[in-house]
Amino acid sequence: MNGAAFVIIAICTLAAALAAATLPNLMHAALSFAVAFVGIAAFFFLLGAEFVGLALVFIYVGAVAVLIVFTILLTRRDAGKDHGFNWGGAIVALAVFGGLTWAILKTQSLAMLAPHMATLTVKRIGTALMTTYVWPLQCVGLLLTAALIGALILVLEEKR
Amino acid sequence: MSVLERKILARMQNRYGPNRVGPFGLFQPIADGIKMLIKEDIVPARADKIVHFLAPVLIAAAAILALGIIPYGRNMTPFTIDGGVLFFFAVGSTTELAVFMAGWGSNNKFSMLGAMRAIAQMISYELPLIITVLPVVMVVSSLTPDRIVAAQAGYTFGLVPRWFVFTPWGAAAFVLFFVSGLVESNRTPFDVPEGESEIVAGHMTEYSGFKYATFFLAEYIGMFAISGLSVTLFLGGWHAPGRAVDFLPSYVWFFTKLSALLFVYIWVRGTLPRTRIDQIMNFAWKFMLPMAFACIIAAAVWHYAGRGLRGWLWSLLVITTVYTMLSVVLDMGRKFAPRVYRFAE
Amino acid sequence: MTPTLQVFLIVSAAMFSIGLLAALSRRHAIFILIGIEMMLAAANLNFIAFWRFGPQHQPPIGVMIALFSIAIAAAEAAVGLAMVIAVYRHYHTTNVDQLDQLRG
Repeated sequence: MNGAAFVIIAICTLAAALAAATLPNLMHAALSFAVAFVGIAAFFFLLGAEFVGLALVFIYVGAVAVLIVFTILLTRRDAGKDHGFNWGGAIVALAVFGGLTWAILKTQSLAMLAPHMATLTVKRIGTALMTTYVWPLQCVGLLLTAALIGALILVLEEKR
Repeated sequence: MSVLERKILARMQNRYGPNRVGPFGLFQPIADGIKMLIKEDIVPARADKIVHFLAPVLIAAAAILALGIIPYGRNMTPFTIDGGVLFFFAVGSTTELAVFMAGWGSNNKFSMLGAMRAIAQMISYELPLIITVLPVVMVVSSLTPDRIVAAQAGYTFGLVPRWFVFTPWGAAAFVLFFVSGLVESNRTPFDVPEGESEIVAGHMTEYSGFKYATFFLAEYIGMFAISGLSVTLFLGGWHAPGRAVDFLPSYVWFFTKLSALLFVYIWVRGTLPRTRIDQIMNFAWKFMLPMAFACIIAAAVWHYAGRGLRGWLWSLLVITTVYTMLSVVLDMGRKFAPRVYRFAE
Repeated sequence: MTPTLQVFLIVSAAMFSIGLLAALSRRHAIFILIGIEMMLAAANLNFIAFWRFGPQHQPPIGVMIALFSIAIAAAEAAVGLAMVIAVYRHYHTTNVDQLDQLRG
C-alpha cells in the first residue's frame, strides 16, 4: 500500500467532501460530491476491493450524482443558492470527529499494518453472493424494485 | 479517422470528400486541427467558468480511460484489472455527468435542453448495453477481457472460429450491443443531442475552438472504445479467422476487425435518417431490454444443452420466439407500425 | 509510510463528520441527502478497512456488506429525491426550515 498515494487521495477526497458540504452554489456542491465519491472509490482500490470501487463509481457518479443534479434543476425557484448556514451543525460535527478520533487513537489494537492478502477476484465475490448471501441478494432486489415503483409513484403528476 | 469518415460519407452521397489538402485529402485533419487551435476561445459572460472548462476535459479523460482495458493483441492490454468490463462501464457512465456539466455550464437554454436529451438517451441505453454483455460474462465466467478473448480461441471443425458472434445469442447480443454503442456515442441515427438542424449543437453550443474539437475527439475515441470492446467480447478479440492466416500478428487482426466495425458506424451514419427522441426511448425500453433478457436466457439454454449443435438450435429457437412475440405485440400498439398519412382535405 | 488501520479509520471518521456537517447545517433538502450519502460512504470505508486489516484467510464479509450497503443507499437516495420533488411541487420550496406544518 503506497503511502504517498494514500495521502494524496485522502486530501483530495476530504477537500471535495468539505466543498460539497459547505459551498453555497448548489451545482458546484453536487459536482464536488461526485469527486468525493471518486476519491472514496480510489480508497477502495487501495484496499484491494476493486469490484466495490468500480460499483461505487458506476452507481454513485453515474446514477446518483445525475439524479441529484436533475433534482436541483427541477426544484429551482429561488436564486439557485443555498442561503443560511447553521453553525450549530458545525460544532456538533467537530465534536463527533473529536470523539471518534480520540476513541480510535486510544485503542492500541488498531495500530497494525496490513497483512498480505490474496487479491479478491470477482469470481470469489460472485460465488459468495450466490451461496452464502443469496437471501440478502434477493431481498435487495425486492427492495430496489419497491424503491423504483415508489419513486415513480411519488413523482407522477396527480390526476386532476 | 475524421478524414476517413468524411470521405466515406461523401462517396456514399455521390460526391468527393475533402481532396485538396494533401494527397487524397489525407492532411485534412491537420488543417482542421490548426483551424480549431487558432480560433478565439469564447466563453459566455454569465457561464460558470469552472464547470464550463472542466466538462470537455472530463469527457475526453473518460473516453481515453475506457481505452485502457481492451486487449489489442496477445499480451497487449494496457491495464489488466480483474473487473475490466465493469471498469469500462463505470468510466462510460461518468460521461453522462460531464455532458450535463457542459449543458449547464453554458447558461443557455438550448444547451440545457440538449444536455437533458443526451442524458436521457444515454441512461436509457446503458441498460441494454450492460445486459447484452451479461451473456458473454456468464458463459466465460469472468469479467477480464483477456479471459474473454482466450475463451474464443480454437475452431470448430477446424474451419469456423469459435467467436461468440457465431452463436445465436451472441449474434443478437452483438447487434444489440452495437446499436447501444451507437446511441452511447451520440451518432446518427441517434444524434438528437447533436442536433445540427434542431437545437444548434445541443450541449456543445457555447463551445468554440479547441474545446469543441475536444468534444468531437472524445466522441471518436468513445466510438473506438466501444468498437474495441465489441471486438473483444463478440468477435474474438485478436484471434485470426482461420488457421491458414494465423501467421499475421495478433494486433493486425484486432485492428482489421476494428476498422470493419468503424466502417459500419460510418455506413450507418450515411444511410439512416435521424430518429425522434420518443422513438429512441420506446426502442430502448420496449424492444431492446426484453431482447437483451432473451439473450441471457438463450445463452443459458446454449450452455446447458451442451455447447454443440443441439444448444445452438435451442437457443436459436428461444431468440426467434421472443423476437416474433415482441414484433407482434409492439406492432399491435402501433408504435413501430408503418406510418399512416393523413392529408389535408 | 504505509498507512495503518488507524489512519484509515481517522479518514473515514473525518468523512463521516463532514457528512454530518452537511446533514445538520444545510437548509436545502437535497444537501441533507448528500450528507446522508457521505455518511454511508464513510461507513462502507470502515467496513472494507476492517476486512482488509483482518486475519489472513477470511471470507469477504466486509466487501459483501459494503456492496449491499451501496445498493441500499442508492435506492434510498432515489426515493429521497423523489420525495423532495413531490414536496417541492406542493410547497414550492426546498428550504427545510419552511416545511413546518403537518397539514397539507
